[in-house]
Amino acid sequence: MGKMNNNLVRIEEGVSFIPGASAIVAPLNKLINWGRAGSIWPATFGLACCAIEMMAAGAATNDLDRFGIIFRASPRQADCLILAGTITKKMAPVVRRVFDQMPEPRYVIAMGSCACTGGLFDTYAVVQGADEFLPVDVYIPGCPPRPEALLEGLMKLQEKIMQEQGRWSQFV
Amino acid sequence: MTTEAATLDLPVAQGDEDRYRLRLGPQHPATHGVLRVDLELDGETILDCVPQVGYLHRGFEKLAEHRTYAQNLVLTDRLDYIAAMANNVGYCEAVEKLLAIEVPERAQFLRVMVCEMSRISSHLLWLATHALDIGAMTVFLYCFREREVLLELFAELCGARLTTTYTRLGGVRQDVSHAIMMKLERFVDAFPACIEEYETLIDTNRIWLKRTIGVGRVSAEKAVDLCLTGASLRGSGVDYDIRKHRPYAAYDQMEFEIPLGETGDTYARYRCRMEELRQSNYILKQCIEKLPPGPILGSDAPDLVMPAKPGRKVEVETPARSDLIKLIEDRDVYMEGDVYVATEVPKGELGFYFISDSMGRPYRMHIRSPSFLHIGALASLGRGVMIADLIAIIGTLDVVLGECDR
Repeated sequence: MGKMNNNLVRIEEGVSFIPGASAIVAPLNKLINWGRAGSIWPATFGLACCAIEMMAAGAATNDLDRFGIIFRASPRQADCLILAGTITKKMAPVVRRVFDQMPEPRYVIAMGSCACTGGLFDTYAVVQGADEFLPVDVYIPGCPPRPEALLEGLMKLQEKIMQEQGRWSQFV
Repeated sequence: MTTEAATLDLPVAQGDEDRYRLRLGPQHPATHGVLRVDLELDGETILDCVPQVGYLHRGFEKLAEHRTYAQNLVLTDRLDYIAAMANNVGYCEAVEKLLAIEVPERAQFLRVMVCEMSRISSHLLWLATHALDIGAMTVFLYCFREREVLLELFAELCGARLTTTYTRLGGVRQDVSHAIMMKLERFVDAFPACIEEYETLIDTNRIWLKRTIGVGRVSAEKAVDLCLTGASLRGSGVDYDIRKHRPYAAYDQMEFEIPLGETGDTYARYRCRMEELRQSNYILKQCIEKLPPGPILGSDAPDLVMPAKPGRKVEVETPARSDLIKLIEDRDVYMEGDVYVATEVPKGELGFYFISDSMGRPYRMHIRSPSFLHIGALASLGRGVMIADLIAIIGTLDVVLGECDR
């Protein structure tokens, strides 16, 4: 046993790789979090201006793919909802439905001032912040935030996922 | 066989199992934002097509009634957020006509410059998303490569990539630096080769040709009837471009051609926009060569422009909001009357209509946005085509919902 431990290749704290066996040894919490954080699949859902910066973040210069972030056109396949833009009162039920269609665990990122607080649109038509009807995990300020800010927000979400405990306790 | 729009509210007739209804959007990757289209289908053929707008209605026009003319400028960024500079210029041209403010020559050249830069970046985004909708994925990455250069130039010029607020009533916010001009010159030199690169990617692609040639054909008369403007109109062969026929800013001193299509289909509109990219690049080249020296802000510009312009200080350095309104209300240049000024933004004709009651704020601001009218045309263009072609037609009309719903 001791000999085997010496052969383990350490990937990061608590996560090791057994050469020759194609196996990874780690606490279940850590392993699942590691997998989830490395494959955040957001739903392709642009609301307004911020969606253009979200596209820019996905394009070659910033390249979200290297974080394992791949946009999925169907909410059924997605586990992150990036609210990129102004949410109007007409749109809010649709946003809620898209969120409800996503399987657990699911995360919400409010991108830009409008999704965070309503921004400069303090009018009859605009929801004053996505957290009025959705549980928001990460807020990204800016009007619109630069693609780098979106990357920062996604990395914050990864940190948050890495600290999760026991959401899969039904299996253990 | 076409049906009336109202029939969409009634159930499908019994015994007609092939007919069904589909709601395309508002969450749909190919509807360019939050457009919803209600369809009645027979198999895959669209019998009736009713676009539903309003999912991005933010109340621009109402907001504008409570703000001064200078404060409203920031709202125009968020109209057509793909080409914010062109909106800024359009808004300022209208207010300057209302208030009779002169713009110095250098500022006019700078306006043309940023307008054409935003036209290129808008057309690049259009090409990227349109090609993505039709299935050519690679074009997206190439287009965003060049678009990123332009956006970074905007950021260097005014601090923001998308929401620029670069122009001011009576001029522009900041002068261009030598570094910006050098970078722009490098871009202008390199860009024609990039356009050819995009064309090699899709022009010989049989899928692209099959999905664009003959799709969404509009005759010249119909295009005029449907209020199409911009490249969507010129693709049908109608020679109408406000930059040429009612020049604003320094467009009368620029040399450029207006590309026209003949067939009026999706492919013709695509060709038009690609030629426009080349013409815009040519205009940019002239701007760099001809840019005259001088002030960038008119001497009779409203005092609200911050920071203080050269030669004339604003009385209060950073006045509170109420002071700003007072400053602007005290000026006697605010006259009564109404004005409509149209400018050529990348999407088409963007018009601002103001009714002023000399209170320093617009009594009413109406925006004639090309996207709204283009989406209106969708009901007529989408009838009788296949679902896949409808996606191509939405793309070719080049709509942006922020501007459409306002």
